[in-house]
Amino acid sequence: MVKEFNLVIIGGGPAGMAAALEAYALGIKDIAILERDDSLGGILKQCIHNGFGLHVFKEELTGPEYALRFSEKIKETDITVLLNTMVINAEKNKTLYAVNPDFGFMTIKAKAVVLAMGCRERSRGALRIPGANVAGIFTAGTAQRFVNMEGILPGTKAVILGSGDIGLIMARRMTLEGIKVLGVYEIMDYPGGLTRNIVQCLDDFNIPLHLSTTIVKIHGIGRVTGVTTAKVDKNMMPIKGTEEYVECDTLLLSVGLIPENELTEQMGVGMYQVTGGAYVDQDLETDTEGIFACGNVLHVHDLVDYVTMEGQKAARSAKAYIEESIEQKKTKPEIKVVPGNGLRYVLPQHIYLKDNDEKIKVFFRSKARYKDIVVRALINDEVIAKKKVIRLIPSEMESIEIKVSDLFIQTDNGINLKDLVIEVEQ
Amino acid sequence: MKKDIICIVCPKGCTIHVDYDETGIKSMEGYSCKRGIDYATAEILSPTRVITSSVKIKNAKYTVCPVKTSCPVSKDKIQEVMKNICCVQVQAPVKQGDVIIKDVCGTGADIIATQTLEKEKKV
Repeated sequence: MVKEFNLVIIGGGPAGMAAALEAYALGIKDIAILERDDSLGGILKQCIHNGFGLHVFKEELTGPEYALRFSEKIKETDITVLLNTMVINAEKNKTLYAVNPDFGFMTIKAKAVVLAMGCRERSRGALRIPGANVAGIFTAGTAQRFVNMEGILPGTKAVILGSGDIGLIMARRMTLEGIKVLGVYEIMDYPGGLTRNIVQCLDDFNIPLHLSTTIVKIHGIGRVTGVTTAKVDKNMMPIKGTEEYVECDTLLLSVGLIPENELTEQMGVGMYQVTGGAYVDQDLETDTEGIFACGNVLHVHDLVDYVTMEGQKAARSAKAYIEESIEQKKTKPEIKVVPGNGLRYVLPQHIYLKDNDEKIKVFFRSKARYKDIVVRALINDEVIAKKKVIRLIPSEMESIEIKVSDLFIQTDNGINLKDLVIEVEQ
Repeated sequence: MKKDIICIVCPKGCTIHVDYDETGIKSMEGYSCKRGIDYATAEILSPTRVITSSVKIKNAKYTVCPVKTSCPVSKDKIQEVMKNICCVQVQAPVKQGDVIIKDVCGTGADIIATQTLEKEKKV
């Protein structure tokens, strides 16, 4: 079976739903969402805690409520939603191959594609923790789905490795369901999650947070019976003599997220190593014409609100691509955006000088923790933008606004191209 | 009594040192704005939280349905509210916003569904 659409969105989570609705509102006809789960909403469905939507809706919603705001609206449109649908292969010319129980194997042709596949969790294999290969080790998100959607508790006495937000949320959730949470262990000397989660998930329930501490061994036969923890030094190597045995039957891992880009790579789309997502311009277009990326598949976000906004932006760019020719853009001068002193990554990674009036928000994350600093944008040794930041930490994304007119001036109208550097002022 | 409170109103995350007794707050240090004072005062005198959890559901795609308190409730009521939520079982269909328990534990808050779950036909 061959299906043709103007716009195909891969993934029906917050990024994909926002992209679909925005595209529909802009008048694009023949939109399809391909979703592998049996309903729209993505990971929001299992995030039953509140705190979503403060930016987009100006109120605090739970994950399922936030997702419903979009999925209910999609129901009222003629957007094609293909559920239980797995895209198994994709080509650079925007031909997708997918399977689902209703239609079997499908060939789907699209004028434009929005990648919105989200991310997945780093697992034990990625950490290489020594010890027994036993049951009872879960990523925090897997445990979250078990508890919040399927009504299954993962164990009775739990240890959490990593202080990412999902781990902190699960510390509270498991405590409320009667599981004893013995502690959260974080290898860094600062917590990975948002402050509000440290306060409301750990402090509220007197769950200890052990910083600069990791797990060096997992014990058990058949099922986890305990873990050995150890303090780490400045190079994050375990310190001999600081080992402690903690008895538990469950170990949750909250140790980072990886954008899920297998399809992106199959399409031959250029990747940006630091984010693990596609290499994009200011329109969120990848280096492959007509393929856009948004949400956690592009880079891991702190807040779903930002994912929504990025999805909407990708849809606006896709509309421009479908209705006009993008050829024009690729012939314009192109400036690379690079992270300088103190920063880990920037997004977008390149800017086309196509519109003198354009203003571009460049997002970035820091490598370390900073207080009361100035972040600046530098091109041709000229500072073209400055922003005071009270607190800059790796777990909270920041942004700085750039005027394209400044880039035109500093490059002699795109003749002498230099890199645009975003950095912490020394 | 002395207590350190990390303010969560903005990303700055000030640590506010509060000295207080039964009669109220005696002194406060470390805040950098009025919102910090308000937050710390509420955290000391009457801390509240929105509780989110799940209730058992029959005839739906999943075995549990997520719920929340319709407004923040006193922090020391959390355990009592959880005990009440545990005992409840509902039948699909459930619509987001449906009241599952009215005025839970006399807090004035209702327990409401946060998800819409249709009745599933057994195949």
